[in-house]
Amino acid sequence: MDMLYKVFIEPFVFMGEAPDLLIQTLWEGLVSGVLYALIALGFVLIFKASGVFNFAQGIMVVFAALTLVGLYEKGVPAFLALILAVLVMLVLAIVVERVVLRPLVNQPDIILFMATFGLTYFLIGFGELIFGGNPKEMITDALFLPQGTTELDMLGGMVRFQHLDIAAAVIASIMIGLLAVFFSKTRIGRALRAVADSHKAALSVGISLNQIWVIVWFAAGIVALVAGIMWGARSGVSFSLQIIALKALPVLILGGFTSIPGAIIGGLIIGVGEKIGEFYWGPLVGGGVETWLAYVIALLFLLYRPQGLFGEKIIERI
Amino acid sequence: MLYREAGQFKTNYVADSAIFPLRQDRIGIGLIIIAAYALAFLGNSFLLQAVMIPFLVFSLASIGLNILTGYTGLLSLGTGAFMGVGAYACYKLMTAFPGVNVIVWIFVSGFFSAAIGALFGLPSLRIKGFYLAVATLAAQFFLQWCFIRIPWLVNYNVSGALDAPLRTLFGTPIMGPNATPQTRYLVVLTIVILLTWLASNLVHGRIGRMWIAIRDMDLAAELMGIRPLQTKLLAFAVSSYYCGVAGALLVFLWYGGAEYDVFNINQSFFILFMVIIGGLGSLIGSFFGAALIFILPIVLGIVLPAMLSPFGISVGADVIEHLRFMIVGALIIFFLIVEPHGLARLWQIGKQKLLVWPFPY
Repeated sequence: MDMLYKVFIEPFVFMGEAPDLLIQTLWEGLVSGVLYALIALGFVLIFKASGVFNFAQGIMVVFAALTLVGLYEKGVPAFLALILAVLVMLVLAIVVERVVLRPLVNQPDIILFMATFGLTYFLIGFGELIFGGNPKEMITDALFLPQGTTELDMLGGMVRFQHLDIAAAVIASIMIGLLAVFFSKTRIGRALRAVADSHKAALSVGISLNQIWVIVWFAAGIVALVAGIMWGARSGVSFSLQIIALKALPVLILGGFTSIPGAIIGGLIIGVGEKIGEFYWGPLVGGGVETWLAYVIALLFLLYRPQGLFGEKIIERI
Repeated sequence: MLYREAGQFKTNYVADSAIFPLRQDRIGIGLIIIAAYALAFLGNSFLLQAVMIPFLVFSLASIGLNILTGYTGLLSLGTGAFMGVGAYACYKLMTAFPGVNVIVWIFVSGFFSAAIGALFGLPSLRIKGFYLAVATLAAQFFLQWCFIRIPWLVNYNVSGALDAPLRTLFGTPIMGPNATPQTRYLVVLTIVILLTWLASNLVHGRIGRMWIAIRDMDLAAELMGIRPLQTKLLAFAVSSYYCGVAGALLVFLWYGGAEYDVFNINQSFFILFMVIIGGLGSLIGSFFGAALIFILPIVLGIVLPAMLSPFGISVGADVIEHLRFMIVGALIIFFLIVEPHGLARLWQIGKQKLLVWPFPY
């Protein structure tokens, strides 16, 4: 009885008593949700266009951020470094398409998944070889990212908003908006959607699959760079950052592998659910529930909708 | 010359459907087993401790995952956690009942991880493909959290780590600080051979055919009268059983003590590498994969400095480590491009070629 009270009543009473804390938790959840969504977006882009479940997205985030910071530390001006980092991601996309995707075309999904594992290992080794394994500081000042906090009086308490978090949310939203426009309005975007629908049909109307793959991997690389800057600004640039890529997976299955709005909504649900769960229910079981709560939330959603919230309906035929 | 089919006639179905239809194969497998036992007396303790014991342990775990992923087609990323369940169950059992021989508990601990595996396998009826893989990640992270947060699992000891107490078999210590690598190797080898034989019988029998039918197309299998839920759960249970036993062996007969960190997500990926590189749906592939993925980094660690030094390049240990990562990654991609069906397929092709040698067909 006592346990039931603690699980079902007490947290809600606490929420009602201290609405400012609730708002604070919600805000933090939303911000991390947006950032999860940003990583999940990279996965979705590649999965949509090539059917590859790109495990290397996490290390691409780290690699992009490391390239940026590494170049800056070598004395390259910040904006030149940013452009160079984008170019590096372009080169990476071309190399991946040439060396990994092209020879493996038409292989089962799991083999391609495995190949991105190989890519992950390679990039870990390569990144550490060039930039060293030590954690680095993200160059927030040089990139004109705001710092500091704003405190607002709200509902009888103070709610703190980190400027960096606000910037992250804004930039992520702009990024997502740009991608949406790119996908629906441009020629290449339409070609991408055609490839996502059917490789064969796309080939038959003259769309080059190889070109499209380079473009999506490049787009995913840019998304990785943005995600890397944002995460890096919050928690430093190091190889442990690739763990957050695993956090993007529940976001991904929650929203469905093929849906960009799904990635965003999924990210917000996971981000908010995780923070609320950790803050209000975590202490009941000794804390640290953040490591698995996201997966359990996703699992519960999946039991009702096996294709995710916005995924294409799975039709099976014999 | 020696490897010929000629003259070996099959007179009944049993002989025709044998796992090793060729006499040479049967002799070969016998020789390998004898050689494996002989190695215990010929090999030095470094070879046994650092190469052979882990190789066998990882082979067993790969067989477990191969049953699930290779034979039944259910992608799982929770292998590490299921291994952990076996290890923790074994620890609880052998400290609670020290009178019973530890070998019994190693086998029994597998049943605990089988139960947990079947529980986390329940969503597999509705969720498929990569969605299921992420669902098994829930098992991985949840169980790992349990290992950290529930001190009861390690008998409330302060360090929070598992340690191997002294246990004997026929008066010889096989576990704990006094056990020699030789005796531990023999125990591991016997368990692995026994379980491999069992797995081979499972996958070649009715149950194995059911798994394969589910893998190839679960809808069609269901129409043919195979119950998907039971079959999938059985695959999860058997797979987790093997992983659980492998986990118990890993902690108590190889490391001799470990923390929860051994069973992290990287361990799961590591085993998945072995299964895919070795060959999905092949028991011998599990051994090949374990050998390649486990032994390759060790060999590279020794070979790389030797290869670089003639060019006057002397590099630090960290650079070697990074190069090792790069080479392992590149080799994984290379193997997948050259032979996506894994080393087991190469082995098969090699045997076919040998049968008709020196002619091409």
